[in-house]
Amino acid sequence: MTYKKTLIAVFSIALVLVPSLGGSAQTNVTLLNVSYDPTRELYQELNAAFAKAWKAKSGQTVTINQSHGGSGKQARAVIDGLEADVVTLALGYDVDAIQKAGLIAPNWQKRLPNNSSPYTSTIVFLVRKGNPKRIRDWDDLVKPGISVITPNPKTSGGARWNHLAAWGYVLKRQNGDDAKARDFVARLFKNVPVLDSGARGSTTTFVERGIGDVLIAWENEAILAARELAKGDFEIVVPTVSILAEPPVSVVDKVVDKHKTRTVAQAYLEFLYSDEGQRIAAKHYYRPRTPSVTAEFSQQFQQVQMFTIDELFGGWQKAQASHFNDGGIFDQIYQPGF
Amino acid sequence: MKKHSVLPGFGLTMGFTLLYLGLLVLIPLSMAFLKASSLSWDQFWHIVTAPRVLASYRLSFGASFAAALINAGFGLLVAWVLVRYSFPGRAIVDGLVDLPFALPTAVGGLALTATYAPTGWIGAKLAAVGIKAAYSPLGVVIALTFIGLPFVVRTVQPVLVDLEREVEEAAATLGANRLQTFRQIILPAVFPSVLTGFALAFARALGEYGSVVFISGNMPMRTEIVPLLIMTKLDQFDYAGATAIAVVMLVISFGLLFAINILQWLNARRLSAA
Repeated sequence: MTYKKTLIAVFSIALVLVPSLGGSAQTNVTLLNVSYDPTRELYQELNAAFAKAWKAKSGQTVTINQSHGGSGKQARAVIDGLEADVVTLALGYDVDAIQKAGLIAPNWQKRLPNNSSPYTSTIVFLVRKGNPKRIRDWDDLVKPGISVITPNPKTSGGARWNHLAAWGYVLKRQNGDDAKARDFVARLFKNVPVLDSGARGSTTTFVERGIGDVLIAWENEAILAARELAKGDFEIVVPTVSILAEPPVSVVDKVVDKHKTRTVAQAYLEFLYSDEGQRIAAKHYYRPRTPSVTAEFSQQFQQVQMFTIDELFGGWQKAQASHFNDGGIFDQIYQPGF
Repeated sequence: MKKHSVLPGFGLTMGFTLLYLGLLVLIPLSMAFLKASSLSWDQFWHIVTAPRVLASYRLSFGASFAAALINAGFGLLVAWVLVRYSFPGRAIVDGLVDLPFALPTAVGGLALTATYAPTGWIGAKLAAVGIKAAYSPLGVVIALTFIGLPFVVRTVQPVLVDLEREVEEAAATLGANRLQTFRQIILPAVFPSVLTGFALAFARALGEYGSVVFISGNMPMRTEIVPLLIMTKLDQFDYAGATAIAVVMLVISFGLLFAINILQWLNARRLSAA
């Protein structure tokens, strides 16, 4: 008797729930933003702000789901069928891979301002309190006895920026001498005792395990570590020359056409360029693009001479092929007898 | 003549078994072979015999073997203690054994690294005597021993429970010393289960990724495990290269597990003949 009653109760609840789930689809819209690891907090805040703005503008309630992981892994997930409406990844190379799979239009990087990267960062050093090893610039990292922490560029998108930043520094200083850059980077990696598989892993090794004299990191991660993770135990050193890291964003064309979410997905990405979006990015230690917002946060970001991937390496495709693919420069550094 | 069994339904259950194994194991794994087959034989050979890949086979198989061997010895000991003695907190110790199963392996890796890093509690003491635990091949063995711990304990335990104490007593009354009792009475009875546990721990260790990448340091030629190299290939969107290495792992692993099964079968036959 009671079993029967329970059964009836379950069914009636199900009957009540099912129409209410499906019925309101017209005014609700859901987006999936597939991003990389350190943007979790940034997009939590940004999504709430955008939902509010979009509701005011269109009356639609938008829910944005986030997915985070290593940039390359996330790109593969999208290629393999994760239905992302937008991707916000660490490097253009990963978006290019999705484009090659036919999911994104070839001109994606030209569709939004500033190479489709609404916020930027750069590569800086995190050192221990008081800077006991007196690390001031890239040259100090190759000195004997200095222990440098950076992730493995083969598995970490972030670490590829680190490698290219060091390389570019030498090119800038030595009039584009590739042989000198190669020698410099090889000496740099001789000082690396641990190659974690991801950027957060390296931060843990440096901050929690106390290994290494200097951590090469994205500026946003370094400021986060210095201000929030371990207040006062670390200092940021900004080198004289560094790379302009441009994490790109794009709508995934195939998916938004299928979900009929192109308008809202487009508006979501454009919101990143609005003053409000730029401020949220800056709050999470990414360098904003808009000059007025940059001025507001001038205390937070030190001046540094920056070069781009396109300028020194001819874009990500070339940089990846010559530096990080199998048999590339990074592998040669570790080849026995190099 | 059709043989009658107490429970009917061989056809149905066998069909289900094949479907189940097919959907979960055979089809997904044959996809790996299919993907790798887009390479020419020369390309395949070149990828799977690159110096760095060879170094990673040595580390993965060597460290997994060492870890499984350690677990075989100490797992037997732990199982013995848990079965033969009753002491306060036995249930808790029993529960601890399963923890490496339940824990996300990344948590295990982080905890082990924190302990065995040069700044860690045990790592500092080891470093003082010149042993580098974390960020060395030893660190890999430690992580793989951790994740393999439950296998031997859990396979040996039920066998020890069934092993009657009277048999040991009989051996003693017949004049066997302790070593003889262990070697001739206990070991033959538990050996097949130790071997099973060893094989499971070994197989599990070969595929482990999550905990090892934290403690190994991932240095090329020295502390890169095979699964890490597969991941590095995937990060270059080199699916074919990744699956080529995966296929080698699959074939060697299957060969080793098959050999262990044969060993077990031979052992069982010898025992039943005796």
